[in-house]
Amino acid sequence: MATRQTSSLARLMMAPSVILLFIWMIVPLAMTLWFSFQNYNLLNPANVSFAGLFNYKFFYTDPAFFQSIWNTLVLVVGVLLITVVGGIALALLLDQPMFGQGIVRILVISPFFVMPPVAALVWKNMIMHPGYGVFADIAKFFGAQPVDWFAQYPLFSIIIIVAWQWLPFATLILLTALQSLDGEQKEAAEMDGAGFVSRFIYLTIPHISRAVTVVILIQTIFLLGVYAEILVTTNGGPGYASTNLPFLIYRTALLGYDVGGASAGGIIAVILANIVAFFLMRAVGKNLDK
Amino acid sequence: MKLNTLFLGLCGASALAFAAHAETITIATVNNGDMVRMQKLTDDFTAKNPDIQLEWVTLEENVLRERVTTDIATKGGQYDVMTIGTYEVPIWAKQQWLLPLDNLGADYDAADIIPAIAGGLSADGKLYAAPFYGESSFVMYRKDLMEKAGLTMPDAPTWDFIADAARKMTDRAADINGICLRGKAGWGENMAFLTAMSNSFGARWFDEKWQPQFDQPEWKKTLQFYVDLMKDAGPSGASSNGFNENLALFQQGKCGMWIDATVAASFVSNPKDSTVADKVGYALAPDTGLGKRGNWLWAWSLGIPAGTQKAEAAQKFVSWATGKGYLDLVASKEGWANVPPGTRTSLYNNPEYQKAAPFAKMTLDSINSADPTKPTVKPVPYVGVQFVAIPEFQGLGTTVGQLFSAALAGQSSVDDALAGAQTAAVREMTRAGYIK
Repeated sequence: MATRQTSSLARLMMAPSVILLFIWMIVPLAMTLWFSFQNYNLLNPANVSFAGLFNYKFFYTDPAFFQSIWNTLVLVVGVLLITVVGGIALALLLDQPMFGQGIVRILVISPFFVMPPVAALVWKNMIMHPGYGVFADIAKFFGAQPVDWFAQYPLFSIIIIVAWQWLPFATLILLTALQSLDGEQKEAAEMDGAGFVSRFIYLTIPHISRAVTVVILIQTIFLLGVYAEILVTTNGGPGYASTNLPFLIYRTALLGYDVGGASAGGIIAVILANIVAFFLMRAVGKNLDK
Repeated sequence: MKLNTLFLGLCGASALAFAAHAETITIATVNNGDMVRMQKLTDDFTAKNPDIQLEWVTLEENVLRERVTTDIATKGGQYDVMTIGTYEVPIWAKQQWLLPLDNLGADYDAADIIPAIAGGLSADGKLYAAPFYGESSFVMYRKDLMEKAGLTMPDAPTWDFIADAARKMTDRAADINGICLRGKAGWGENMAFLTAMSNSFGARWFDEKWQPQFDQPEWKKTLQFYVDLMKDAGPSGASSNGFNENLALFQQGKCGMWIDATVAASFVSNPKDSTVADKVGYALAPDTGLGKRGNWLWAWSLGIPAGTQKAEAAQKFVSWATGKGYLDLVASKEGWANVPPGTRTSLYNNPEYQKAAPFAKMTLDSINSADPTKPTVKPVPYVGVQFVAIPEFQGLGTTVGQLFSAALAGQSSVDDALAGAQTAAVREMTRAGYIK
């Protein structure tokens, strides 16, 4: 039982770290906000002036703006779907006792350790390339026309690459969750005559739901900022088909050292991330309060 | 244990004392083969200048560009010598961020620098960066396939000849594409090629009043020609091909022709990597008879930021690294084939170099036929052949590159791509204050 004294003492003890974290957050944010109202290009330092909302207006009137927001969301949702469903399936398989289990688990996890630009290059040139990629070879073997992935399905191709990278993460978290499922409960359910499907729905899913929530939340944070994969494969093209919000900020502002425009883009990205986080927390975050 | 620490401390102290005596200059450079070779050969410099120590910061091209630009714009003062390209020099010189190189020594012979390159690195008649390595672009073609198609490549082909030859050389069944060209979006990717190509079609990015020109017939002709040619004779997946992808295709014998950097000649003619090494011919980049060819000009150069405290030592180093003596030094240690190309006329008059590099003459002719100060048929207010040397170009060039890659991939029409490019360019140039 915490008395009033101990709880205020606890607050006092926590204060330094909370204050530090707050400063850590607020100083860069405040500076970004300040710069977003300035006409400020690094390469033209003589010409700094107050811009008002012009940077924001310029950013959201970009012809690629709404498509890039849509692409960002499609990318996040697409990768989440593949990794969560695939992660559960893989975790279920890996949870079975089998020969060489340790090695198989390491192999499954390894894509996570490949750096994003490297992974993207391997996928682009060795797997998806319509001339000499593996997919093209498979298509030719069956007498089909090879698919030109990055020209015909640019966003989908990037979703595949990113999902490949994040699948191990989901698998790892979900596997540990599965392993903590009590064996006796499974046995009891089996003795009661529950088949695989009902055991999965009524026992496994409720048990791993918190882990799934964690996977979704953590992945969303990182997927909102996917950028390296796009840069090395399509550079946001063809057209704006694979331009997401981080890439748009990079292209419109960072490439030209436009500090004002980049800050405005950054603030817009923060707002968007907060909107996504708000809905996400309402939808799945309840699981964490139990 | 204690003695050891004491000893280490002493060593450290003496090293400090030595360092205080000698002047250390920090050099930011790019991680390509020629630059890495220079780092290995610096003993020669330090032997001649014992009071100057060199410290290297070697970075990948994009990271380098980002670091040195940020450093010079914020007056960070981390570097005394910076490796920069022909894109940066005019912009920085205008801001007076670079020291004019007027003290390179008596035997430097600045007049020997190839005029086109020197022009791209000068402002108001003063040299602001010294070229270390220069390149242009030209046509590399397969002699055997050209013969099979019943054609002879002239030294200076036209675009019509190139298009005709590409279509005749194409053999889809044998997986041979008549021509491989850059298609991946980006200001240094497809736009480097297309901007240079558009020069030969009489197009330009901006008129004298900085009004974008994508709504003009010359651009329409350029882009339509490129898209049609690539559809008929280009490789699959062209819209994501850059330099490296096309290099791989050419080396595997899947391209009849390839128009790209002159530096690629040493890769496609190297039997270790290339299956077609003995069958490659070279020709100047094509034209349409308007007086400009579709080739670009690029030079990695050494510049000295205006804020440095060690300008004298830095100039000494720049003079050593880009002087004639350095070329001889590389030749004596690693052979003429490994000398950094494209900077000095005397190198191309050297019979030993001509023997070691069969593409030497074509390279020099290509470099000489590009003029960064007058890149287009019609007059323009900017410097740069395959780029426009203004800070806004990287972002704008990438946007336009995206739109053009969509036209190449068949996802939008040529007209839509050009209309989009025009809108984007007007928007960006108005914002940046060029269009009043």
